[in-house]
Amino acid sequence: MSRPEFEAPPEIYYGDEEAKKYTSNTRNQEIQAQMTDRALELLSLPPGPAMLLDIGCGSGLSGEILDEEGHVWVGVDIAPSMLEVALEREVEGDLFLQDIGQGFGFRPGSFDGAISISVLQWLCNADTTSPTSSPYARLTRFFTTLHASLSNGSKAVFQFYPQNDDQIQLIMGVALKAGFTGGLVVDYPNSKKAKKYFLCLFVGGSVPGKGRQQQ
Amino acid sequence: MVRLITHNLLACHVKGCDSNNFPLTFSDAEVEIRETEYNAEFLKGFFPKLEWKALVDSARQLGDVSLPETPPIDYDSNEEFLRALHHVLLEIHVQEGSMICPNCKHVYRIQSGIPNMLLAEHEVAGR
Ligand SMILES: [Zn+2]
Repeated sequence: MSRPEFEAPPEIYYGDEEAKKYTSNTRNQEIQAQMTDRALELLSLPPGPAMLLDIGCGSGLSGEILDEEGHVWVGVDIAPSMLEVALEREVEGDLFLQDIGQGFGFRPGSFDGAISISVLQWLCNADTTSPTSSPYARLTRFFTTLHASLSNGSKAVFQFYPQNDDQIQLIMGVALKAGFTGGLVVDYPNSKKAKKYFLCLFVGGSVPGKGRQQQ
Repeated sequence: MVRLITHNLLACHVKGCDSNNFPLTFSDAEVEIRETEYNAEFLKGFFPKLEWKALVDSARQLGDVSLPETPPIDYDSNEEFLRALHHVLLEIHVQEGSMICPNCKHVYRIQSGIPNMLLAEHEVAGR
């Protein structure tokens, strides 16, 4: 099975055609919706509307679900064609053309949570000729600036497709160094087709499945 | 869409640009007003995150003078105030123009409502 992140960088891979194809495919929409619902469940937000960050928002398929839940969101993506489709679909969130491997400039504590669907593996495929663009440097900038932009007690949940255990270790290691706690949730671990990885990260030392007050 | 709610969270992220890098200054902004549903609960929850002076100044740059210099003490129960805040934060969309860093003068272009936050290689922080 060929993986899109091996073929070309995301802003090239998701050109005009691929962006429209991806968005209008009902199977993709369904899977994306399922994974977004699950990510929201793992995010376990306190009741009420929140300010959320959608990392790699693409054409806004996840954002629509955040809208339905009454949240306000900001989406960042590196693929202009995907963002164009999001504009055409008149999503509610503010959209940014951004390379998450360059880090964020959001003020400390800006967001009550973050979700990311099928994006993290792309971060590991950078070209390594320059020291600032190694996967390690990109992951470090990403997780450090993300950690700062999340409010205390909040979470970030990433559905992703790790290539192997080494990649999981690399991602986890950088995230923990950036100040997050948390770990990996694997859904349907014994099904080759349905198996899904969710990296659940916490700001301020709360524990998965426990209340905010517990350490 | 760049709305003031997001602009108020955004500082410059160019390498080494760590002070006086907020708020970004609007330049040649073309604004569109789009009504959206009023949600008092969201506004009350979001209010503590706001940098008030930056919000008031940026709204004035965009031609909106409806916000007071200092927020009222009863901000969470003052509906007239919350409605004005709702409009400023969520209904003013900057469609074209730029946001310029007050410190390093980096220009973040806004086209079709989407700001370009991509940095050149030499502007990216090293590790
Ligand atoms: Zn700057």
